[in-house]
Amino acid sequence: MFKRYTGWTLALPATLLVALFLVLPVAATIGTTFVDAKGVLAPYVTFFSSGFRRTVLWRTLEVSLITTAISLVLGFLTAFVVSRAPGRLKSILIIAAVFPLLTGVVVRSFAWLIILGKNGILNNFLVGIGLTDEPFSMLYTQGSVIVAMVYLFTPLMILTLVGVLENIPEDVIQASASLGASPSGTFRQVIFPLAVPGLIVGAVLVFTGSFTSYATPQLLGGERQMMMGTFLYQRAMVNFDWVGASTIAAIMVVITVAVVLAMTRIAKRLNPMTT
Amino acid sequence: MTTRLSPALIAVAALVYIFLVGPLIIVIGASLSDTTYLTFPPQGLSLRWFEKIFEITAFRRTIVTSLQLAFLATGLALLIGIPAAYALNRYRIQLPSWLSTVFVLPILVPEIVLGFSLLKSVAVGASFPIFLSLLIGHTLLVLPYCVRVISASLASFDFSIEEAAISLGSPPAKTFFTIVLPNVRAGVVAAFILAFITSINDVSTSLFLTGPGVSTLPIQILAHVEQFFDPTIASVSVLLMFLTVAVMAIVERTLGLTFLAK
Repeated sequence: MFKRYTGWTLALPATLLVALFLVLPVAATIGTTFVDAKGVLAPYVTFFSSGFRRTVLWRTLEVSLITTAISLVLGFLTAFVVSRAPGRLKSILIIAAVFPLLTGVVVRSFAWLIILGKNGILNNFLVGIGLTDEPFSMLYTQGSVIVAMVYLFTPLMILTLVGVLENIPEDVIQASASLGASPSGTFRQVIFPLAVPGLIVGAVLVFTGSFTSYATPQLLGGERQMMMGTFLYQRAMVNFDWVGASTIAAIMVVITVAVVLAMTRIAKRLNPMTT
Repeated sequence: MTTRLSPALIAVAALVYIFLVGPLIIVIGASLSDTTYLTFPPQGLSLRWFEKIFEITAFRRTIVTSLQLAFLATGLALLIGIPAAYALNRYRIQLPSWLSTVFVLPILVPEIVLGFSLLKSVAVGASFPIFLSLLIGHTLLVLPYCVRVISASLASFDFSIEEAAISLGSPPAKTFFTIVLPNVRAGVVAAFILAFITSINDVSTSLFLTGPGVSTLPIQILAHVEQFFDPTIASVSVLLMFLTVAVMAIVERTLGLTFLAK
């Protein structure tokens, strides 16, 4: 009699935690944007009719897309080298990619403050070699945010892709070569298509991570490069505009979930193993 | 025989690795500098910025809070996550298939949205104390790692061993602790480490839940960077790095870290 419920009983505490403290609060946040006194979609009308807010959303999408594209390229090329490296070297390279991930976002973003600052390492170097007399102001630009984000997410991309690329059997690559394909032909026609599902997983991780980030745009972008995460914080904790902040939160949830669902679908369709 | 890699490709990979490791070396170097401003390479070696951390009360307090939070949240998440992972594998037919998706939700929902929502509903709405709100947030944040990693270990566990023990007269609870759990130890260790790292470095969720007197180390660092740009930030960053590595090493020594050796 009791046996029928054993599974549920064991899973219950964790399920309750998620239901009570995640599903309900987040649903409440999204819900408040639809019951505004000024009208059903009033908070969204406010959001999208403001040029500044549209710019923030657009900038966040742009920075996330550029970050994703760059880390896809860097991650793919590096992961390919790592996956074909001899045993011991491969372990070292994997650990070297894991190590930055052990360090938090704050520390890793802060590193770029030291590098890109007015008296930073890069400026000192550029002045030192006589390339410029005046130090460049590199901080608080879109570029500085993107550089730090690429730095943040490339290890994740490498680790995702090494696993995928390792699973491509050496025989397949040899077969392609012995059938007359050039190295670049093998790369384009054999390795790349087989890596597509991994590239999509990596892209989703990096895109959603950049899109919802806070610490990096806060430290390296400041007020001038406001992104959705920093904007949400500002609306909520500086302006105490909770409806505005909830609207930003709702838009973030919708875009994140839409990207995850869409990419999972595309991944299924493009997977050469299933067609 | 393996595929020959082109030198250009190897050069790209080498540059990417310099890009990945360089900034961390710079932070470590800057923390050792004897100057009152942040610089690299360090000018004169000194540990005075490490001593400085402990002279600042806010850092001392938040280091303790962050460690307490990370251990408690990881412990709680394991306490409820292990039974959930076990149920998902052992009682698969009883449970609906969407249940496993529920435990991934904390990863799917943006962290910053979770933090803000907890602030509204739990910290302000239900007037929970700050530390409790933080603990709830962190437990949620690390729960997916616990459930998924341990679930993956359990997926390759042969449950007929457990049935054999029970049919030979071993009580179910004892069987779980002496037969099932030791077999998924590697998964538990991996989950512990992932959860701990996630909690101790968290910014986006904690951001909204810290309050007067109670803060976490990353949030304190963030606040400090904006006011003082001195080497204390570098040294406290290095301290945070070493705390993480130290906990990993201790967990490895006591529980055995086999998953990284693969």
